[in-house]
Amino acid sequence: MSTKVWPLWEVFIRSKQGLSHKHVGSLHAPDAEMAVSNARDLYTRRSEGVSIWVVESSQVFANDPADSDPLFEPSQTKIYRHPTFYEVPEGIEHM
Amino acid sequence: MKEINMSELEQQFQAKIAKDIKIEPKDWMPEAYRKTLIRQISQHAHSEIIGMLPEGNWITRAPNLRRKAVLLAKVQDEAGHGQYLYSAMETLGESRDKSMADLISGKAKYSSIFNYPTLSWADIGAVGWLVDGAAIMNQVALCRTSYGPYARAMVRICKEESFHQRQGFEIMCTLMKGSKVQREMAQDAVNRFWWPALMMFGPSDADSTHSQQSLDWKVKRHTNDELRQSFINATVPQAELIGLTIPDKDLKWNEAKGGYDFGPIDWEEFRQVISGNGPCNAERISARKNAEDNGQWVREAANAFAEKRSAKKAS
Amino acid sequence: MNSIYKYILRIADDSLILGQRLSELCGHGPAIEEDIALTNIALDLIGQATSLYEYAAIVGGEGKTADDLAFLRFEREYTNVLLVEQPNGDFGMTIARQWFFDSFRVLFYEALLTSTDQQLAAIAAKSLKETKYHWKHSSEWLIRLGDGTDESHARVQKSLNYLHRYTEELFFMDEVDADVIAQGIGVDLLALKPIYDQKIEEVLLQATLELPTNNWKQVGGRVGKHSEHLGHILSELQYMQRAYPNMEW
Repeated sequence: MSTKVWPLWEVFIRSKQGLSHKHVGSLHAPDAEMAVSNARDLYTRRSEGVSIWVVESSQVFANDPADSDPLFEPSQTKIYRHPTFYEVPEGIEHM
Repeated sequence: MKEINMSELEQQFQAKIAKDIKIEPKDWMPEAYRKTLIRQISQHAHSEIIGMLPEGNWITRAPNLRRKAVLLAKVQDEAGHGQYLYSAMETLGESRDKSMADLISGKAKYSSIFNYPTLSWADIGAVGWLVDGAAIMNQVALCRTSYGPYARAMVRICKEESFHQRQGFEIMCTLMKGSKVQREMAQDAVNRFWWPALMMFGPSDADSTHSQQSLDWKVKRHTNDELRQSFINATVPQAELIGLTIPDKDLKWNEAKGGYDFGPIDWEEFRQVISGNGPCNAERISARKNAEDNGQWVREAANAFAEKRSAKKAS
Repeated sequence: MNSIYKYILRIADDSLILGQRLSELCGHGPAIEEDIALTNIALDLIGQATSLYEYAAIVGGEGKTADDLAFLRFEREYTNVLLVEQPNGDFGMTIARQWFFDSFRVLFYEALLTSTDQQLAAIAAKSLKETKYHWKHSSEWLIRLGDGTDESHARVQKSLNYLHRYTEELFFMDEVDADVIAQGIGVDLLALKPIYDQKIEEVLLQATLELPTNNWKQVGGRVGKHSEHLGHILSELQYMQRAYPNMEW
């Protein structure tokens, strides 16, 4: 009998209070509790974290990279969404 | 979606490589690039995992509490680095289990250096100083490799490994400041590990089968010979400073090239070790196989428990 | 003074010998993830042993170092419990040994927090955090092995049956304990026993495992009468210090 492989989990670590969780890598674990435990031992050996999220890798959905032009290029021309687009008269502060 | 033909995809890929834009897992990539990466990353991961064994050999005999803790932490890091690398490899669609099976069957390769035995405590110093030193040379260069997950794993590894070489050199320094028997122990370790450490960079550029393509793809960023030369240039002065002799009568500073000339490497030995005939190849593989075999019922139990639990949640 | 010294060494020896046992496994774990976890526990235990030996060296006042105490005593001078010197066996044995020990250690350190000896209380505070994690880890695994497959259940039950005979000694007390308890330094282990029993029972229930009914007990470690295993552990542990005496490493 061949053993079923432990599933892969993506690991997200909050490096300190006030910051978001950030993807740091992945690991194998039989279940969510063990995944958190393994993540603690693997990704926070040097005090890199204060909080851990794990998500089974098969549950992550992503866009197709082939679509990246239609997805992301249109926003590049909408420069009026950035404050630098607007002119402000000399001497105006705090705006 | 518009049909894009192969050559167009290939051109886009090449353009990214040329502009130093990282290739990410779901991006299109030539099959040969993917295969090259799988081979290189898995070899690298196997080297970390097999590399635990020669040093693990001295944990229970470490001479004091401080050294024991440091060695444990270091060997543990290697298990971690193996995991980072297997994860990077898995983003290319290769499973860790298959890769591990290839390692155990002898199909996959790992760094030849770990097939040499650690015979004295000084070997732990020599491994940290020379072997990790050589590995770091290679790894620092790989932080700029073209495949994103591999580069990120390397950045993390390099950050963590910075203490590995130092602890090895510290062991050597302590030995060289110690008694005659300690100094002899240190020199003996250098005598045995120097040449195998130089072999870690792989065959010379003229004989390296994979080098040019890997350089073009920016999977590798420097040639084997370039890295070997940098390692020698960096290491010789360290040896001299603490009174160790490099076992190479041809070693000489060459002002014109700004580096050391060194004697011929025994490539026959390298070929023998890499093809399974080194002093410890059989032990290393069998230790890995035992761990896998002995762990099978444990991994199965955890799976069975996870299934029971999710069945319970569902009902 | 003498009792406190002996008392610290008992705690230190438990940590050192179990840490040494676990470190034999480094590179040989049942999964790479678990290799890292076991090594972490080993590191914590070696760290605890170091703090305790350092303190014992001061209390002992004989000019010895922590390393002298860890590496240069004779077999009969080590006073760890028999449980921690038992071989790693299969992963079920390693986990069962760890779990028995952790279940005791968490309660022990909690009680030691209120020691009138500031140094011991401080070591207990740091070690308690580590040990709680060890306990969580070994309990999680005990539950998975117990309630996993038929094979894993049988294996871990067999390990519990074997190791159970060594668990009574965790609560062994003699005049050393009486003396430190009288000074408010030591822990009354008798008071911990019912809490321990309950703690054990809760996990066993989840793990679908049970303790053997055979109540034959082995003691002796606390007074230096060990199993045959300790001598072999020490011959590895002490190899460098014995082969090359009086050197710096």
